[in-house]
Amino acid sequence: MFNLLKIRFNQGNQAIPDIRTAKINDMFRGIPYIATESADKTVESVCPTGAVKSTPLSIDMGKCIFCADCEKACKKNEIKFTNLYKMSSTSREKLIVNMHTDLKSYEKTAVQTRKDLKKFFGRSLKLRSVSAGGCNACEMELNACSNVNFDMGRFGIDIAPSPRHADGIIVTGPVSENMACALEDTYLAVPEPKIIILAGTCAISGGLFYKSPALNRSFIDKYKTDLFIPGCPVHPLTVINAVLSLIGA
Amino acid sequence: MKWAETKNNKPLKIDDIPHIGIKEFIDDAELLAKQKNRLVSLFGMNNNNNVTIYCVFADDENSKLLIASTELKKGESYRSITLNVPSFAMFERELHEEFGIIPKNHPWLKPVRYSHNRFDKASRIENYPFFKMDGEEVHEVAVGPVHAGIIEPGHFRFMCHGETIHHLEIQLGYQHRDIESLILQSSSFADKKFTTHLAESIAGDTAIGHTSAYVQAIESISDCKVSLRAQSIRAIALELERIGIHIGDLGAISNDIGYLMGNAVFGATRTLAINSMLAICGSRFGKGLIKVGGCGFDIYPDLKENLIRTLTKIDSDVTLMSETMLSHATVLSRLETTGIVDPHTAGEIGMAGLAARASGLPIDVRSDHPFGIYRYYPVYKTSIENGDVFARTYLRYTEIKNSIKFIFEQLENLPDSNEPLVQPVQNSTPDSFTVSMVEGWRGEITHCAITDSNGELIRYKIKDPSLNNWFALALAVRNNAISDFPLCNKSFNLSYCGFDL
Repeated sequence: MFNLLKIRFNQGNQAIPDIRTAKINDMFRGIPYIATESADKTVESVCPTGAVKSTPLSIDMGKCIFCADCEKACKKNEIKFTNLYKMSSTSREKLIVNMHTDLKSYEKTAVQTRKDLKKFFGRSLKLRSVSAGGCNACEMELNACSNVNFDMGRFGIDIAPSPRHADGIIVTGPVSENMACALEDTYLAVPEPKIIILAGTCAISGGLFYKSPALNRSFIDKYKTDLFIPGCPVHPLTVINAVLSLIGA
Repeated sequence: MKWAETKNNKPLKIDDIPHIGIKEFIDDAELLAKQKNRLVSLFGMNNNNNVTIYCVFADDENSKLLIASTELKKGESYRSITLNVPSFAMFERELHEEFGIIPKNHPWLKPVRYSHNRFDKASRIENYPFFKMDGEEVHEVAVGPVHAGIIEPGHFRFMCHGETIHHLEIQLGYQHRDIESLILQSSSFADKKFTTHLAESIAGDTAIGHTSAYVQAIESISDCKVSLRAQSIRAIALELERIGIHIGDLGAISNDIGYLMGNAVFGATRTLAINSMLAICGSRFGKGLIKVGGCGFDIYPDLKENLIRTLTKIDSDVTLMSETMLSHATVLSRLETTGIVDPHTAGEIGMAGLAARASGLPIDVRSDHPFGIYRYYPVYKTSIENGDVFARTYLRYTEIKNSIKFIFEQLENLPDSNEPLVQPVQNSTPDSFTVSMVEGWRGEITHCAITDSNGELIRYKIKDPSLNNWFALALAVRNNAISDFPLCNKSFNLSYCGFDL
């Protein structure tokens, strides 16, 4: 009894007070800043997922695993990964950044609030999580979204234990052949209106596994995605901020 | 018996591995198992129309590995070893699935993971025929592949009588990404291109463990000497990963018995641990830290001070919470005698890692087959005999404390860096075979690498400890209430993608 009180006192209030302005360690690799119009071709060859193009110099955050191997290969600081974590977008094309991308305005505008979604889900959004070949890093970060620090539940956003109770699905992993059927079945079991969120680079583009013959990404091509959340793995702050912006909460 | 002897990370010439007939191979394997050697790996390699089969045994007491090979035609049959040595069960099933080799009289020759390169392409995961049990009041419960929380996919089929589980069949393979062949495609010694990123994603929750095994395999076949400082940082990361996951597991176990205080406190404490990893390398899971030849990031003095401060807090928070939780009668009544695997069964089915130590098998790669800095800073093995959920919970608590102590010791004695943190990799040794073992937080991770006459990788075999332990979970839940399955499952916390590859 006294120990429990002692623990309660020691722990204090763990929740991050304001998710939208939370600070993150400088070491975190978020949106890349690109300084020049072009770079040497070697930056393309060091990229494990083909996310970097040298002329014009651009990085596709939907393919990037944020390993920063390209940053190290750049001799004149052409690429610098910042710790800006609001890298999600409602449009696939926007995830490609180049020297003309204004990082501050990217953070504010890349996720467009949808009026229809705000009306339906603005105060309560239940998502069904489907891991389809994910390595369990994105899955653990999605779990962390609901812990006492990030506490996604305070915004009415939760993970639903059944597709019948869900308003959409959040997909992690590159969609393995063996999961393709179960993924589509889950989506079809969610009642309308519903949304699709792709969390993590693997879900958006196949990530490191884009060349694997054991994938079947026909589901991703067949249905329209409402929100892209990059990261390898996704950071809880990236996820929560993106969803909040999407539903205008 | 003429099996080749080697050690962890000590490469052998392929020609030095005895190539013996299948009959001798089986007899030897059964004899070795009888002499208390432990099966570490058994895998095949395509060799025109034939399959070369390599078998690795561990002699834990003498820190030795024993290796031999044999050859069979695809589709050929032989007498199953599983009948006499049950720990062969999963490995023989894997050989059967990949190459069509038939172990005659194998007790249950079902597919392992419906891999992309499977021999019988007609068999599909969607129409797998599950084991059936008949009788009045017997019922089936099907769970998965998509689960109620945020978990990787897998299918569990329970055969129950009332609330009691009589049999659990676990069907995996949904996560299969064909990672072994991807590693072969993207790794190249010729242009010094290595795919540590793929190794980080074998199982993202064990990024440090698997990547350490991968880089050690590459370094050993290319005779690359890693600086002591980098070895020390790798061990710090490995222990930090162990601390983070174990604390998370204690939280998950608390959650499953409705002890929400534990869930909240352990959840918050885990954040401290993985944020320390972020402070070292920019990733909460340690992605990007381990490189072939060394480490991508150094630990500077101010970071060192921060780590010591954070770990001291983690230590006191975990101790207070665990001691409080594990002295509650209500908590103990849920954990004790739930999901038991007894020491005899654990040894027979070849369990590994934390779960094996909780069932009274004192095996730990860090002290049995030491690698990296563990060769100079030994880890003492801890084990408990009970084999129940309590044992697996309590052992996690003990290991967290030991790991924190180990990190303090490393940080105090961090070797100076006169050499570069990442050493260049030389050309690899042609026609060689190496076994790289690492004690990840789940247990023994084994990577085997084979090079061809040009020194390029031609076979890369990965074994996550989950391959050893999934069957243990199926046995642990027998005669338990089905409502206790989540608790048993969390106490093992096995990897789906590490198994499915």
